[in-house]
Amino acid sequence: MAKPVARRNCRNHSNYWAFAVHRISGVVLVLYLPVHFYVIGLAIKSEAALQSFFSLAENPLVRLAETILIITFVIHVTGGLRLLLIEFLAWRDWQKTVIAVSGGISLAVGLVFLFNVF
Amino acid sequence: MKVRTETLLWLAQRLSAMVLVVGAIVHVSTNIYAVRGGLTAAEIIDRVHGSTAWLAFYLVFAAVAAIHGPLGLRTVLNEMTPVRGRAADLVALVLGVGILWLGWRAAFGLFG
Amino acid sequence: MSVVHPVATVANGGAPGSTGGDGTNHKLDVSIWRGGKNGRFVSYGITLRESQTVLDVVTYIQRHVDSTLSYRFSCRVGMCGSCAMTVNGVSRWTCRTHVSEVVKDGRLEIAPLSGLEVVKDLSVDMTGFFEKWTRAKGAFVPGPGPSRDFAVVSPDSPQRRKVDAAIECIGCGVCYAACDVVSWNDDYLGPAALNRAWTLYNDVRDAGNDKRLAAVAGNVGCLSCHSQQSCVKWCPKHLNPTASIAGLKRATVKAALAGRL
Repeated sequence: MAKPVARRNCRNHSNYWAFAVHRISGVVLVLYLPVHFYVIGLAIKSEAALQSFFSLAENPLVRLAETILIITFVIHVTGGLRLLLIEFLAWRDWQKTVIAVSGGISLAVGLVFLFNVF
Repeated sequence: MKVRTETLLWLAQRLSAMVLVVGAIVHVSTNIYAVRGGLTAAEIIDRVHGSTAWLAFYLVFAAVAAIHGPLGLRTVLNEMTPVRGRAADLVALVLGVGILWLGWRAAFGLFG
Repeated sequence: MSVVHPVATVANGGAPGSTGGDGTNHKLDVSIWRGGKNGRFVSYGITLRESQTVLDVVTYIQRHVDSTLSYRFSCRVGMCGSCAMTVNGVSRWTCRTHVSEVVKDGRLEIAPLSGLEVVKDLSVDMTGFFEKWTRAKGAFVPGPGPSRDFAVVSPDSPQRRKVDAAIECIGCGVCYAACDVVSWNDDYLGPAALNRAWTLYNDVRDAGNDKRLAAVAGNVGCLSCHSQQSCVKWCPKHLNPTASIAGLKRATVKAALAGRL
């Protein structure tokens, strides 16, 4: 690749940002998944083992982290739905609306979770 | 990798995504309900214990996640890291098998 | 062209730093890539004239400041697609970009298109770009037997309407230079070549679709597109390569399931 690739500003538009969010959230989720399953898998030993882990969740910081994870998950799901619409249905010119709706749903779900968990 | 295989893997990633969307709605809403008044192990185990419906849900949910996640990571590795080609395939395969095993182990653990 | 006139206003209102507001000269600091792959930016101070395009600025510098500056252009009116460069970080047709639209704090940075080998200064070697059109089977394949008459393609037929816009591509390389996937994967065919394949896929006269789909599937082709849509955002003709690529995705999946891939 040639050196003077000064095309830094080509990326500054809503669909690119949606891509970036989708990619980062995807990587976070796929790394979190084994940890999540491992923790739930503690139930195989005993209810007490699982409960002792959940007790950690009393910590407000852990609850906040959980909320962020939920938002990450929902934003990846809604953003993924947007990609499925682009790839499998005929083209529509409502890209920005879909991005906004996907972000909105994610935040709303995060807030509902936050109110429930605290 | 052969073009046909690559195409079918792409399709597998999209189809698993569609299942995950449905699963996610169930999972997140259950989650929000479950954390009301504090998350307890007893509450979760009570819900899933002996319920074949919940067992089936979690087995399918974990399986499609084990397909979708590693295939996505494989693409990211190929595009953004020096781990490419065969090496990326191997990472995705190991991760996929790992997630499936841990996920099913957890599901059966809750089922009892 | 030889006289530099101070101007009172700049077209479209200009940008901060480029307009004096008091009617004084409007100085423009132009950084231009000089040399080949291992070149550097060289600064030129010029006076901005009314309604000047970026191509006008490059031409002015080449004619009046440094005649060794190399760049490519032809029609100057947005028809040929040969003057594409990277202007302040965005790939654009320089002939259709007014300085006032893109100038930032009185500065303009002009680099060759990215993703292609630099020949010298602002001119790039487009060979890699067009080789990919060939690899994407971007040439018409006639059916067997001689055609006896003109093929009649109704403008209203669904297949023809799918490519109404896509066939307008003139191969300037702006989308290719703007695409992240092109920069990640050297073999990725890119938005323009895939868009071309999509137009031929929908051409009822063409007989080369099985080979074409095999060529544009897989990780060098449509399946590597992540719908980032920088191609759509920056296409000077407002075409939509992402939509064309999405069409190819559906077509290749169908072909793979039917065992035709």
